Amino acid sequence: MTEVAALPLVARRRALTRALRRNPLLLSGALIAFLLVVVAVFAPLIAPHPADAGTATNPIESLLPPSWHHLFGTDAVGRDLLSRVVFGARISLRIAGLVLASSILIGVPLGLAAGYFGGWIDSVIMRVTDVFLAFPALLLSLALAAVLTPSVGNATIAIAVTWWPWYARLARGQAASVAGRPFIEGARALGVPPVRTLLRHVLPNSITPVIVQASLDVGGIILTAAALSFLGLGAQDPTPEWGLMVSQGQSYFTTQWWLVTFPGAAILVAALAFNLLGDGLREVLDPRRIERR
Amino acid sequence: MTLYVAKRLALGLLVVVGVLILTFVIARVVPGDPAASWVGPHATPQELAKAHHDLGLDKSVPRQVVDYLHGIVVGDWGVSIHTKHSVLSDLASRAPASVELVVAALLIALALGIPLGLASARWRGRAPDLLVRFAAVAGVSMPVFWLALILQLIFFQKLGILPVAGQYDPNLDYTSPLAAHTHMAVVDALVEGNWPVLWSALQHLVLPAVVVAAYPLGVIARMVRASVLETLGEEHVRMVRALGFPERAVFWRFGLKPALNPIVAITALVFAYSLANTFLVEAIFDWPGLGSYVAASTQSLDTPAIIGVTLLIAIVYVVSNLIVDIVQAFLDPRIRLS
Repeated sequence: MTEVAALPLVARRRALTRALRRNPLLLSGALIAFLLVVVAVFAPLIAPHPADAGTATNPIESLLPPSWHHLFGTDAVGRDLLSRVVFGARISLRIAGLVLASSILIGVPLGLAAGYFGGWIDSVIMRVTDVFLAFPALLLSLALAAVLTPSVGNATIAIAVTWWPWYARLARGQAASVAGRPFIEGARALGVPPVRTLLRHVLPNSITPVIVQASLDVGGIILTAAALSFLGLGAQDPTPEWGLMVSQGQSYFTTQWWLVTFPGAAILVAALAFNLLGDGLREVLDPRRIERR
Repeated sequence: MTLYVAKRLALGLLVVVGVLILTFVIARVVPGDPAASWVGPHATPQELAKAHHDLGLDKSVPRQVVDYLHGIVVGDWGVSIHTKHSVLSDLASRAPASVELVVAALLIALALGIPLGLASARWRGRAPDLLVRFAAVAGVSMPVFWLALILQLIFFQKLGILPVAGQYDPNLDYTSPLAAHTHMAVVDALVEGNWPVLWSALQHLVLPAVVVAAYPLGVIARMVRASVLETLGEEHVRMVRALGFPERAVFWRFGLKPALNPIVAITALVFAYSLANTFLVEAIFDWPGLGSYVAASTQSLDTPAIIGVTLLIAIVYVVSNLIVDIVQAFLDPRIRLS
């Protein structure tokens, strides 16, 4: 992966365009992911009944099957399901973005320090990540979310707490692999302060794998967040969160199939798109890493 | 070798201690005042003070940690708020059904995942490869609780060919009663030669097992593909190919065997993840395992029960990791010497 990362930017970009053309899975993942972001950003313009994503209720229109007026039907209190699914993209993507940002901000500096300094700093940080990684992600975030008040914010915190160790591991591996190289030794010999060396020389070498990992993780975070809300530990009504919508539709689903089907399909499509994108990116930018999750 | 095993054991023990401390922090420190959630919102100050004392919250934090660790070791994992039983005995009666479900799911995942991964590697870049890779990514992207509901809708509601609740038909308790030896209906029925219950239990197992299998199926298929392709790219295989052996012989003779080694490891690792996934599936199928227990516990904010399950699965995960590492070191001297 270091060879690839060392390629000049133009060559890397060219490799990316070629891969997009050759790899239909990567291309479709990238397209759907892009569409999801567009839907999330322009949700108020795209949703036919934006008010239904909030506190509005229309009891006379409750539980209507899909029709031209309500493409995905309506829910138990008469809210347009399509509008709620559209706004749901905002919530899921915001959670994924916040979890990734905090995981990278916590994990990468810790990992860089561990890999660069080695010794007891390395041992302490890595043993701590070992403990966090001893839990499947859903399990630890569920335990944390269960003792906090259920809300989107607390679910985000609970997932971030379980996610940062992966980035610490990743950054540590990168830092350790460049720490012994001549240009780092040169910097050290010239008396460049460690923080500066880390920022200027070690960090840039870790960016590519972090980006690949981040794109792979979006799907997993969306699934975990939806699962927490499905169990009642995340978003609360009237938040239009996909997992919560599936759970609310559960009691009606034998007769009103659309309540479960559409929000759940949205979760699948979103997770699938980002996983296809991440998989493809990894094959292009980072061909030798094999994930273990 | 002994040195390696000792080192791994020490490290595993360290992680278990860390896991215990982390669960202590989640159970006792994060909630602010655990006594308040213990007695509920309508308690008098006297009740609150009593709960404070009963939970040991009036002691110093290090003292609390020691008490907590001591309790875990001697088997006092607290009392579940919603079942009023000791958490450890709840777990013991719930775990077998979940293990039955996860083992069935892993068997499905292996039976489908290995051939799919092989096909994908054999026809790399062609239609079968694309299909399998798409299916594998779909498997790991699947919201399992949604898949469970959709399959129920199709196979129970519309087609009426598969049952969706419990481990076997409860009416059979009158005609051919089943003694609960292990709480795994399939195993119990096999042991007793109780064929009607066995048939019913297998039917009840199909849908939940397929749902839980989605994730491991994707992981295994991808892993087999990657591992076969890696082997086929190695020098000795290229040599064989250069000698003029047909591609089919190269694939089956040289690509296959080394590629299957990592399957044991990945299956052991996926086991704990699948146990956590049952949290989302069991309640939907009314399956009497750990998953429904957790789902019921989250409804009643039953912290001792949730922490108990968390601890159990984390320990299972650490131990299976440890076993995998040691077995691999036995098989591959490069690991224990590095």
